[in-house]
Amino acid sequence: MTGSTSQAKDKQLDGASQLNDTNYLETLRQQMLKFANLQISDTHLAEDAVQEALIGAMKKADSFGGRSAFKTWVFAILKNKIADVLRKRQRLAEVSELMRSDEDDEALSSLFDKKGHWNPEDRPNRWGDPEDSFKQQQFWVVFETCLNNLPGNQAKVFMMREYIGLDTDEICKEEDLSVSNLHVILHRARLKLQKCLEIKWYDGGKHA
Amino acid sequence: MLSCHQATRLASDAQERPLTFKEKVSLKIHTMMCSGCRNFESSMNTLRKAMQGFASGDHKDITNNNTKKTMKKHE
Repeated sequence: MTGSTSQAKDKQLDGASQLNDTNYLETLRQQMLKFANLQISDTHLAEDAVQEALIGAMKKADSFGGRSAFKTWVFAILKNKIADVLRKRQRLAEVSELMRSDEDDEALSSLFDKKGHWNPEDRPNRWGDPEDSFKQQQFWVVFETCLNNLPGNQAKVFMMREYIGLDTDEICKEEDLSVSNLHVILHRARLKLQKCLEIKWYDGGKHA
Repeated sequence: MLSCHQATRLASDAQERPLTFKEKVSLKIHTMMCSGCRNFESSMNTLRKAMQGFASGDHKDITNNNTKKTMKKHE
């Protein structure tokens, strides 16, 4: 903690000034926590990883200009912290899931027949009024459950894209993916989410 | 003629990049005849809106408290 804040230097210290913006920092922390929970599924360990990542981020905060670059970097640190935590817990399968992009197509190919057409039971139905679902608290519980059900790599990339709001180039650079790889992963994540929401909410969940 | 797998890929890609003219036409022709892919395509917009709602954090307190309960319910 530094006691002196010199506001005149805000422009030079973009990254650092972000860390002096309590609201921004809290929002970022919440996003990181969501992300960490998704990967570790242990609230305490997730909190620790976020804490350490933020401390790590503060050390070099002033070398980052824009918010999105800063965010990318903070999440890169967080990802490595999470991998450390998983390694300590000897869950190597999860580490490789976290750090690599698997080309596992099994679960998805079951949605389609050999010619690539929907299996009758997997054909998507109409969802009705989405805005109406959003007003129901239970919808958000189901939605988060479905996000949690995504495989690690898909969850990470999908969250980076849709939740953190990173653009294609940033994610590809960060994850060492080609644009086409990224689109394949997002496609898979969306197929899974669509299926999950349909089963748990739009078809069956509502009457519960 | 696109397969449903290819059509859903285009519907997903449409969230990421502008589709080419040819892609747009093939997708349109496919969804005119295929209700499954038509529904999938419209669920893409719902999904994005839902993520925006999720990211805004308005429902944060609700989900944090209830996630575990829900997961049990759905087992």
